[in-house]
Amino acid sequence: MKAPDFRYERPTDVEAALALLADGDAAVLAGGQSLMPMMNFRLARPQVLVDLNRIDGLAGIAEDGEALRIGAMTRYADLAGSDLIATYAPLIARALPHIAHPAIRNRGTIGGSVALADPAAEMPALLMAMGAQIALRSTSGMREVAADDFFLGLYETARAEDELVTEIIVPKPAPGTRHGFYELARRHGDYAMAGVALAVGEAVRVAFFAVSDHALRAPEAEAALASGDIDAAAAGLEGLDFHADPNADVATKKHLAGVVLRRAWAGSSTGGNTA
Amino acid sequence: MGRVEYWGEHGMSDLHKISVTINGEAIRASVPARLNLVDFIRTEAGLTGSHVGCEHGVCGACTIEVDGAMVRGCLMLAVQADGATVTTVEGFADSDFGPALQEAFQNNHALQCGYCTPGMLASALEYLRGVRSSATGPDRAAIRDHISGNYCRCTGYQSIVNAIAEVATSKAEGKS
Ligand SMILES: Cc1cc2nc3c(=O)[nH]c(=O)nc-3n(C[C@H](O)[C@H](O)[C@H](O)COP(=O)(O)OP(=O)(O)OC[C@H]3O[C@@H](n4cnc5c(N)ncnc54)[C@H](O)[C@@H]3O)c2cc1C
Ligand code: FES
Ligand code: FES
Repeated sequence: MKAPDFRYERPTDVEAALALLADGDAAVLAGGQSLMPMMNFRLARPQVLVDLNRIDGLAGIAEDGEALRIGAMTRYADLAGSDLIATYAPLIARALPHIAHPAIRNRGTIGGSVALADPAAEMPALLMAMGAQIALRSTSGMREVAADDFFLGLYETARAEDELVTEIIVPKPAPGTRHGFYELARRHGDYAMAGVALAVGEAVRVAFFAVSDHALRAPEAEAALASGDIDAAAAGLEGLDFHADPNADVATKKHLAGVVLRRAWAGSSTGGNTA
Repeated sequence: MGRVEYWGEHGMSDLHKISVTINGEAIRASVPARLNLVDFIRTEAGLTGSHVGCEHGVCGACTIEVDGAMVRGCLMLAVQADGATVTTVEGFADSDFGPALQEAFQNNHALQCGYCTPGMLASALEYLRGVRSSATGPDRAAIRDHISGNYCRCTGYQSIVNAIAEVATSKAEGKS
C-alpha cells in the first residue's frame, strides 16, 4: 500500500527539528527502513514527518576519552566501515552482518533502531551488553539514559514523544574483555528468532534479544559466566521473562536462548572484531 | 497511473519541488510528499525497469542506486531524492560491471520472469564493486549474503549466484 498523506519538513539543524517535535503529532524520519513500511501499511499515520537526513552533525563516530560517541543518524553501513567501531565496539562489528540486508544497512540508522525498540532488533541488546548511554534532547533540555533503563517494552522506550535521540555513548571495553554474539534467524539478515550479546570482563553483561517483548539482561547467567560456568549460566535462564512471537512459543524461546548463549560463549574472544 | 493517484485524502497534498538526476538526465518535478521514489521513477520519469513488489523493504525488486549506495526505492520518498543522483536498471547497462553482468545473466539463465532482475543487478553491482580480488576465486557464500535481501521466485538463486561469480572471477583475473 501507499503511505497516507502527511506534511513533510526537512530541517537543517537540530533546534528546528526539536521545535517541530514540540508541536506534537510529528514523527521523525531517520533511515525510514522501519517507519516507511509502517506508514505504507498504515500502521503509522503521522501528521508531520520531520526528516533528519539533511541535518549536519547528527551522524558520525568520534572518540571521546574512554568512550565512543555515535551520532543517531550514523547508518549501519558507516558503522561497518569504521575502524573505531571494529576496535572499541567489537560487539557491534560482529553483529552488523546479521542486521538486515546490505541495501537496508545503507539507510538504516543506529538512532532509528534505538528509538524503535523492536524486540527482535540486535542494537538494543548490543547497547545493553556494552553498558551504553543514550543521549536525548528536547526543547526543554538534554539528558542521558542508560541502555539498561531505556528499553521498557514492545516498541516502548524511556524517550518522550518530543525527544530526539541524538547520540549513543559507548564506553570502551576494559582490556581483556571477552565478547560474544550469536543469533538464530530463518534467513540470513532476517529478524532473529533468538539472539544474545555478551561481554565478560571487569563487568559481566549478557543481553538477549528476540526472546521477550524487549531486550533483556540475564543477571543469573551473568553471575555464572563471571566464573566461566556456561552450564550454570544456561540453567540460570529459567527465570527470564520469555515472550512468544509468531515464530516460536515460550518453550521454544527458552530452549533457543540456551542454544544461542552456549554458541556465543563458544565463539567469544578478546580484542577487536574477529568475526 | 496518473499523479492524481497520490493526492491526499482530502484532495490536498503537501507538494514539493525537486530536481533529481536519473541516469544522467536532470529532471525537475513537483511531487506530493507521500510519493515514494520508485513510484516517482516509474510513473513520473517513465522508467519502468525498476519493479515494485512488497512496498515494505522485504523483496528487493525496487532496489536502485542513490548517490552511490544501493537502497530500497519503496522506502525512500521522492522528495528525499531532491538533489540526488539516481541510477536505475536502465542506467546500469552503462556502468562499470553492467555489461559483464548482462552477459553473465544471459549465459547462466539467471532470470526467468525477470521481476527480481533489476534489484538483483543492483545488489550484484554493489557486491562486485566492494569485493577484493582474491586468488581463491569468488566467494559464493559472500555473494549469497549480499543478495539475501532480494527475493527470486523463479530461479532458485543458483544460476544468479553462478552469474555473479562469473563476473567476480573475471574481475579477479583482471578482465573487467
Ligand atoms: C527487510 C528488512 C529487514 C530488517 N531486518 C532487521 C534486522 O534483522 N535487525 C534489525 O535490528 N532491524 C532490521 N530491520 C529494521 C532496520 O534495521 C531499521 O532501519 C531500523 O530498525 C530503524 O532505523 P531507521 O533509521 O530506518 O529508522 P526509521 O524507520 O526512520 O524510524 C524508526 C522509528 O524511530 C523513530 N526515530 C528514528 N530516529 C529517531 C531519533 N533520532 N530520535 C527519535 N526518534 C527516532 C521514528 O520516528 C520511527 O518511529 C529490517 C528492515 C527491513 C525493511
Ligand atoms: S517493493 Fe521495495 S523491497 Fe519490495
Ligand atoms: S526471475 Fe522471476 S522472480 Fe526472479
